[in-house]
Amino acid sequence: MANTTLSPMAMGGGAFVDDAEAQARFAARQRYLARRRRILPVVAVLGLLLIWWQSVEIFDIKPFIAPSPVAVAQVLYERFGMLMTNLLPTAIEAVCGFALGNIAAITLATAFVYSKTTEEAFFPIAVMVNTIPVVAKAPILVLLLGNGMEPKIAIAALICFFPTLVNMTRGLRDVRTEQLELMRILSATPREVFFKLRVRNAMPYLFSALKIAASTAVIGAIVGEWIGSTKGIGALIIHATHNFDSPLLYATIVVGSTFSALFFGVISFAERRVLRWNVGQNS
Amino acid sequence: MAVALAKPEPSFAAVGGAVVCERVTVRFTTERGTVTALQDIDLSIPTGSFLTLLGPSGCGKSTLLRVMADLIEPSSGRVTVLGDAPTVARRRREIGFVFQDAALLPWRTAMENVTLPLEVGGGKALPGARSPHELLKLVGLSGWEEAYPHELSGGMRQRVAIARALVSGPRLLLMDEPFGALDEITRDRLNEELLEVWRSTGTTVVFVTHSIYEAAFLGEKVLLLAARPGRVRELVPITLPTPRRLAMRETPEFVALAGHLRRVLETC
Repeated sequence: MANTTLSPMAMGGGAFVDDAEAQARFAARQRYLARRRRILPVVAVLGLLLIWWQSVEIFDIKPFIAPSPVAVAQVLYERFGMLMTNLLPTAIEAVCGFALGNIAAITLATAFVYSKTTEEAFFPIAVMVNTIPVVAKAPILVLLLGNGMEPKIAIAALICFFPTLVNMTRGLRDVRTEQLELMRILSATPREVFFKLRVRNAMPYLFSALKIAASTAVIGAIVGEWIGSTKGIGALIIHATHNFDSPLLYATIVVGSTFSALFFGVISFAERRVLRWNVGQNS
Repeated sequence: MAVALAKPEPSFAAVGGAVVCERVTVRFTTERGTVTALQDIDLSIPTGSFLTLLGPSGCGKSTLLRVMADLIEPSSGRVTVLGDAPTVARRRREIGFVFQDAALLPWRTAMENVTLPLEVGGGKALPGARSPHELLKLVGLSGWEEAYPHELSGGMRQRVAIARALVSGPRLLLMDEPFGALDEITRDRLNEELLEVWRSTGTTVVFVTHSIYEAAFLGEKVLLLAARPGRVRELVPITLPTPRRLAMRETPEFVALAGHLRRVLETC
């Protein structure tokens, strides 16, 4: 049963026959396809970098307009320590904001599912707050919360909040009627219905929201640092732009994006572990 | 009616059946007005019997099943399940229900789906209930315990659902078109196996279907319902010998019975 590609054709046991040669061929083909999936994007990225590099060389583009990838790599290598020192506060803000925003959203979604009144009262407010652009929210929160990490965390949290609220509410609510009837026939308590049915049902919805939130939380933290911050990826972007230091600007963006991608990867990994039962629907 | 707090002694014998319906009427109110789904249903289902409910769509057969399962409260009339109100019987875990589309929880393996009734609502199983392993074996799914629903075929999912409905050892098994979405070959096989399960558990079965052949093949009696409003049309005893085999569907008696059912259905 370790093999996950079970044939649904089989009616009982004994549907699988060992055929070592065919199985080896099948496995080899699967390995080839997996390798292809990994190698192709790498090849594409390398190709684009090459084109970029050659364009800068051939057309003699000024470094402050667009740096050559070699110059960016040089900054990444030589000023790695400085870049990491600036990544740390951004990472902390993004992760804290992510946690805070999602916990708040999940809590409110639970309240929505059990109380129509709460939803009717608060959902329009959530929509309104969500329509304010991040760049407009940032100065308000800096004024409210000062110049430390707090406003950045708040921005990251706010930006995560909405997608999770909407998805989680849907996931908790969109339970099939038959499943609810089943729970009633089994005389399940409301608590059991919540944890054994609604929460489990909401997991795929939650994870799609969390994957969006993982990258937007980083954006929120960076935008928060644009206003009066002296450290962090956002501050570094502003600093590099004002000094026409485009290699540093690009290097900073690479660091920020890499962190974002890693964060996304961690959530995707968690998703695959938690939603093992969901593979059939996803792939 | 006094609620029996003592052991669930077979008090139903005194009332005369596993399920007794007295002038049961169900009305639904919608935007477009009130619909009478069931009107004055009088019915007594003997303990241990197999009754099939047959009727055109909209005749309220699923509604009647849901009234027995305590999922719908009748607008008027009285329902007694195993000697008590349906709510009491449900709390005692005497009712098993199989839905049309299995209604398995997709995040649970076959085995975990079968054991769900033992985890919720107090998790009690009645004396004489079989173990989850035994039940999966009974429905022919040994070796599939760890498979998730998306790895199972429609027929296999329905087998899991049957095992789940039986795990608390219910004395009343309600089935709502459980094989309606399956292909004919699978359906035939499950029909035969269901009779085997019924024989080996001794449970009272109420089975809703819109297939004439299924109704006649499975039931000891077929209750024909007419539509708009849903009401009892005819109770047809099925006089075929037991144990029933699929080949019996070609006998003249079976053909005559099916013909009779179809003729009545046409006037429903």
